[in-house]
Amino acid sequence: MSGLVREVAVVAFAQTVHTGHDTGLAEPELLLPVIDEVKRATGLKRFGFTCSGSCDYLAGAPFSFVSALDAVGAWPPISESHVEMDGAFALYEAWVRLQHGDIDTALVYGFGKSSMSDIREIMTLQLDPYYLAPLGLDQVSYAALQAAAAGAERAVLDEIVRRSRADGRANPYALDLPDPSGEEFEVEPLRPYDVAPVTDGAAAVVLAAGDRARELAGRPAWITGIAHRAEPHYLGMRDLSRSVSTADAGRAAGVGKGPVDVAELHTQFSHEEPILREALGLSADVTVNPSGGPLAANPVMAAGLIRVGEAARRILDGSAGRAVAHATSGPCLQQNLVAVLETSA
Amino acid sequence: MGNRCAVIGVGQTRYQTRRRDVSLAGLVREAALRALEDAGLTFADIDAVVIGKAPDLFEGVMMPEAYLADALGAAGKPVMRVHTAGSVGGSTALVGASLVQAGVHGRVLVVAFEKQSESNATWALTTHLPFNASLVVGAGGYFAPHIREYMRRSGAPDHVGTLVAVKDRLNALKNPYAHLRIPGINREMVESTPMLWEPIRYLETCPSSDGACAMVLAAEDKVTGTPAWIHGTAMRSEPITVAGRDVVSPRAGRDCAADVYRQAGVTDPRREIDVAEVYVPFSWYEPMWLENLGFAAEGEGWKLTEAGCTALDGDTPWNASGGVLSSNPIGASGLIRFAEAALQVRGMAGEHQVEGARLALGHAYGGGAQFFAMWIVGSSKP
Repeated sequence: MSGLVREVAVVAFAQTVHTGHDTGLAEPELLLPVIDEVKRATGLKRFGFTCSGSCDYLAGAPFSFVSALDAVGAWPPISESHVEMDGAFALYEAWVRLQHGDIDTALVYGFGKSSMSDIREIMTLQLDPYYLAPLGLDQVSYAALQAAAAGAERAVLDEIVRRSRADGRANPYALDLPDPSGEEFEVEPLRPYDVAPVTDGAAAVVLAAGDRARELAGRPAWITGIAHRAEPHYLGMRDLSRSVSTADAGRAAGVGKGPVDVAELHTQFSHEEPILREALGLSADVTVNPSGGPLAANPVMAAGLIRVGEAARRILDGSAGRAVAHATSGPCLQQNLVAVLETSA
Repeated sequence: MGNRCAVIGVGQTRYQTRRRDVSLAGLVREAALRALEDAGLTFADIDAVVIGKAPDLFEGVMMPEAYLADALGAAGKPVMRVHTAGSVGGSTALVGASLVQAGVHGRVLVVAFEKQSESNATWALTTHLPFNASLVVGAGGYFAPHIREYMRRSGAPDHVGTLVAVKDRLNALKNPYAHLRIPGINREMVESTPMLWEPIRYLETCPSSDGACAMVLAAEDKVTGTPAWIHGTAMRSEPITVAGRDVVSPRAGRDCAADVYRQAGVTDPRREIDVAEVYVPFSWYEPMWLENLGFAAEGEGWKLTEAGCTALDGDTPWNASGGVLSSNPIGASGLIRFAEAALQVRGMAGEHQVEGARLALGHAYGGGAQFFAMWIVGSSKP
């Protein structure tokens, strides 16, 4: 980043009560209540900019974001864009747009129904179509490569899943999943419970700049740093035991500039938590994923945005002073976004 | 609008039915390297990469930006992937420009592509979401009724679409990158082709192309070479169905144009904009957008087309490059419009250069004529 950065904060966050199965709702029907909720919370009906994140492949049809506009109420027409990425990257685009200085508010949302398809197989289609996808390497298989490379201890992973599921049971929006049990492997060294559950859901966030943020929220969650970085796609070109791009993004976002009370990490597999903790330099006393994290509810394309929302919520409700949010995209944590949220700008 | 931003490099691939000689990565890299060469830069000079394309179903690769990061020199950098339907190429340019205008980055590479030979676009556009009704078969089936309604309202004679089809293909003969370069193209040839969706004949539609387009965008202190300065940027979206929506002249298009004209200080677009690259995938969209964009009064757009005003030697040239009717790698088509606008004001459009072009409009639309992206670029600083 160069030059002056405009103060921007999360002023509202809402998410669906996520489900582990299809409830028969179309995407706009999932979205409408959460968008209504952030509109009510802020009293805003129109926003300077709107940006969303979703993935056509979840529904197996093009333009999933088109019908989602019905939930926004884009009439009269709105200034709007969409990323074929997690909603956290839509939030980044909106944060950038707010830096221009001519608008003061932005609506961001993400949504996904992974119940409608086989996410494990779909994620294979994200790989290089010439050299990697034909190998049939599915999402859990390549995650297992990373888990093996990281050499995470079974007891550590079990405890991460136990804690995440317990926190998830205490979170009214997350799934109710039992304590992990069973000795069988999904793909060695990962057990079925190391894999984030199939989840349908949506989330929405409102960003506001400067004094507008102070008007809209008692304790705005100021984004004091936000950055993202990509790594090479080919797994063989990376040290899978580390997340260099998370470390770089964390440095650019200023994670290490102060103590961290809580971190919400986009961990779609249990072994990613120690990798991300190390990359972000989070000490053992930092509370990670008090919401339960993606291991307790993983609505694909909203799960990263929910990390930002959950981190912001703890600033908004006064339970934390400085929080870190992380979102990821691509195989084996290829691309990572890190945001720092604080009580003062 | 934030900090000043300029286009300092443009790169295009030759657009054609099939590029069997390159992978997806090879295709985007070809355009990116040409844009970097134009700017006198290398990948090392780029701070961030923005990738745009239309539905991933076209190539069967989900979120291909992850795979394409390597070919675009993006490792260690931020990568964004934009998808706003047919307007995505334009939106990709705007997201890239936004990063510079925000002061976040000094130089951004934007790349958009489609390799439509990997699938059948009409059918890729026809599958529908679970729990939603399927409304259309392909784009032509969706837009033809809107065109018929335009003809009814305006009383435009039947041959106006043919004139656009000929004019844009004549321009394409002057553009070495254009896909459809048809020697001897004329009205008889267009009128002899089969009717696909009344009133759209085969030669009144865009082709299905493989191709990529890239641009290097720079902050004022990072400008190299010949800049095209951004004078205004705007996006607008409206729902595909809402009571009172006018699908013939969508309000989102009018609002978007008004916004970008206000930023650029344009009050009379036909007089003040020297050349426009406008997303015309079906011939009749030229007169329709002439009205929607305020170049002509309502019901009068077809008269400009008929009088030759939009020809390369007319008083308000539209699609000097040959436009979408001549080259259509869908995800890139919007970015090509934005890039061709930049080439014109840089004086680098070659044989299809509009003499003395100083201010140009780049336009893209998508979805059910509901997503709009526009920019105005100029040879001088805003």
